[in-house]
Amino acid sequence: MAHNAKFRIWRGDASGGDFKDYTVEVNDGEVVLDIIHRLQATQTPDLAVRWNCKAGKCGSCSAEVNGRPRLMCMCQMSNFEEDETVTVTPMRTFPVIRDLVTDVSYNYKKARKVPSFAPPADLKPGEYRMQQVDVERSQEFRKCIECFLCNDTCHVIRDHEDNKENFSGPRFLMRIAELDMHPLDTIDRKKVAQEEHGLGFCNITKCCTEVCPEHIHITDNALIPMKERVADVKYDPLFAISSLFRKKDKARSD
Amino acid sequence: MAEVERHTYDVIVIGAGGAGLRAAIEARSQGMRTAIICKSLFGKAHTVMAEGGIAAAMGNVNSHDNWQVHFRDTMRGGKFLNSWRMAELHAKEAPDRVWELETYGALFDRTKDGRISQRNFGGHEYPRLAHVGDRTGLELIRTLQQKIVSLQQEDERESGDGESRLKVFAECTITRLTKDGDRISGAFGYWRESGRFIQFEAPAVIIATGGIGKSFKVTSNSWEYTGDGHALAMRAGATLVNMEFVQFHPTGMVWPPSVKGILVTESVRGDGGVLTNSEGKRFMFDYVPEVFRGQYAKSEAEADRWYTDPDNNKRPPELLPRDEVARAINSEVKAGRGSPHGGVFLDVSSRLPAEEIRRRLPSMYHQFKELADVDITAQPMEVGPTCHYVMGGIEVDPDTGAAKVPGLFAAGEASGGMHGSNRLGGNSLSDLLVFGRRAGAGAAEYVSGLGQSRPTVTEADSENAAAEALAPFRAEGGENPYSLHMELQQSMNDLVGIIRRADELEAALGRLEELKVRAHAVAVEGHRQFNPGWHLALDLRNMLTVSECIARAALLRTESRGGHTRDDHPGMNPEWRQVNLICTADGDSVTVTRQPLPPMRPDLLALFDRYELSKYMTEAELVDLPASSTENGES
Repeated sequence: MAHNAKFRIWRGDASGGDFKDYTVEVNDGEVVLDIIHRLQATQTPDLAVRWNCKAGKCGSCSAEVNGRPRLMCMCQMSNFEEDETVTVTPMRTFPVIRDLVTDVSYNYKKARKVPSFAPPADLKPGEYRMQQVDVERSQEFRKCIECFLCNDTCHVIRDHEDNKENFSGPRFLMRIAELDMHPLDTIDRKKVAQEEHGLGFCNITKCCTEVCPEHIHITDNALIPMKERVADVKYDPLFAISSLFRKKDKARSD
Repeated sequence: MAEVERHTYDVIVIGAGGAGLRAAIEARSQGMRTAIICKSLFGKAHTVMAEGGIAAAMGNVNSHDNWQVHFRDTMRGGKFLNSWRMAELHAKEAPDRVWELETYGALFDRTKDGRISQRNFGGHEYPRLAHVGDRTGLELIRTLQQKIVSLQQEDERESGDGESRLKVFAECTITRLTKDGDRISGAFGYWRESGRFIQFEAPAVIIATGGIGKSFKVTSNSWEYTGDGHALAMRAGATLVNMEFVQFHPTGMVWPPSVKGILVTESVRGDGGVLTNSEGKRFMFDYVPEVFRGQYAKSEAEADRWYTDPDNNKRPPELLPRDEVARAINSEVKAGRGSPHGGVFLDVSSRLPAEEIRRRLPSMYHQFKELADVDITAQPMEVGPTCHYVMGGIEVDPDTGAAKVPGLFAAGEASGGMHGSNRLGGNSLSDLLVFGRRAGAGAAEYVSGLGQSRPTVTEADSENAAAEALAPFRAEGGENPYSLHMELQQSMNDLVGIIRRADELEAALGRLEELKVRAHAVAVEGHRQFNPGWHLALDLRNMLTVSECIARAALLRTESRGGHTRDDHPGMNPEWRQVNLICTADGDSVTVTRQPLPPMRPDLLALFDRYELSKYMTEAELVDLPASSTENGES
């Protein structure tokens, strides 16, 4: 069943822009990205958008739909009322390039600052032995598709541009946790996490976990354990609070 | 003339998927200043779509496995049309390439004794696919991406500049390869973000641009898969091989329409999923072809026992090579025994506990839940064939990845030969690593051998390329590239799809001629900054060239083999097995010529039973072979 939907899309570039209204056909089972593509094909061929797999696997089509950070390819139109106006804006934390496309180079710069995996020097290829239960913790974080929605939603950088220098956002703090929990990594990463990537800025509001399209428990499984490890060696005022949350969560899930 | 940014490198790699990244790692490790150029952001390549795993005969789960068995499976899957040298190198080197990934930080699923776990897959005799749940491609791309970062960190420590020897140019599209005489001299392109032009000068170019699926309407491929590398190489004078062989993956989503074509991993079947028709029948038992009869179960009971006792039972026919399963599904739907939305049922819910399904197939669970509102732990999926992979590609030297043009190399899906007429699942990720590394090494060796006599790029080269790229802005009142693209996809789907006929292929060629004329007049609106209409207008040329290769080769090959099924010429013909079809570009049109396959080396031929070979080869090819040891050809 097709109907016409009202879309309001931010159009512009680094110098400024504004919302533009469109009326566009929507069919059963379609997602927001389908509608953006229909607009390109029928009304505004130069509407800029990033996308690739259209199956929630590559993390390219990140944007904000009605103010919520989403992958457009995984955002079903059936979530909205037929007469509801759907507003699509670029990710707010990153500078706009054009329309829905933002400059996400911040993330790639931070990735380059995370010390790489360092296996034991005497271990030869083919000799790695690890237990499934031990790799699973890091495997959860390696599900990350680098959509950067967690970094987009994190208020530490969303609302405070000047924190970007000293804070790498949930994505890369999780990457450090991933390496720290790798059964064969040999580097102590606590100091780097705290001093170079700003782990202490995180006040575990769990916004990142909420927007993660891969449903990774970023806060509970990566950030809080990392904070705990750091707190073992260095006092962190949030450690006390975080362990409280942990107890509550555990009690709830039990 | 427009301003052009200029860069000089030893090696440039076009494409940042598994093959491109592995090639770049190798070139850089051999001392080459290397650039990686990709259309998307770094880390978004189509490799992430690979789900099931990497095929490598490590023998971790079944110790009977070895490279010879993997080689045999690959040749059988490709119906013996494969470049046997590539299949040999691939089977021998894949385990090392997988183990190497662990040293880069990859975390594969494990066996009980802590080694890399391996799963069953179509056409593979033993559990052979190293995997991470059903997101192996993502693990591969992220691991290689992180290895690149670690090399950049090394350079930063040494020289203070992390991009001094290895740099990624993301969201940058190459529109033309430049030449100095008959040698490659570099590549010209534009930044997608700004539309500004960029000229690379480099004596070696490695094409790792992936496939061509966006020429078809129903496909598992993303917008990037427009055959750029195939077309760039052809225009530079290289040849393409086997272009008639296009793999339709048997299981793509069929409902809702907006997700039609999205991949449903073969792991669903590898882990026990079964295919049924509207009558509830496991129809694959009716579709085991003569050449595979000895290797697959004859009853459901035997097939089910195989999962727990593979040494004493034969495998279920759901795990036949992809071409066989895709054709079977197509036939069931045509016979009126399809599912409500024109596919068949794929059910794993009655085969595994819900918890186990969520653990082994998390992405599939998630994908169906969110996109189709189907819970695969409780309901069957509806699936049908989707254009997935092109076996054909740039003709290369197996050992070095060198194409016919000096300085041009290719690896991965963009190159041809390795998979013959049909690729086995899991052989793609291993192909990327084995031949990505080889192309990187091949390019490094070529550049080292040049000494001071490097080819150069002239101003005029860049000017010509810029004029060509700007043409769509000058066309006034021309057509919208989107509508032309949709017509192309519909034509390819209807006329050059999974089942082909001479009259339809001729009709397709007629339409392609007409589309080529109209594509010249395509007009784009707006300006050069991140303008998807312009990008598509340029990609459209490549899609049309590649589509013509597929249609012309498909018309010429009057037999059915692997990913090429001729309704009017059913069955394999041993004479055709000795022939490769080679495409060359002649201006705007494509010429296809026949080229004999080199005969297989005797020691490799000896890995097969004479009886089995007799199903594929002519009597003349078999005269020197010893008599058959068994009559049923089972091994």
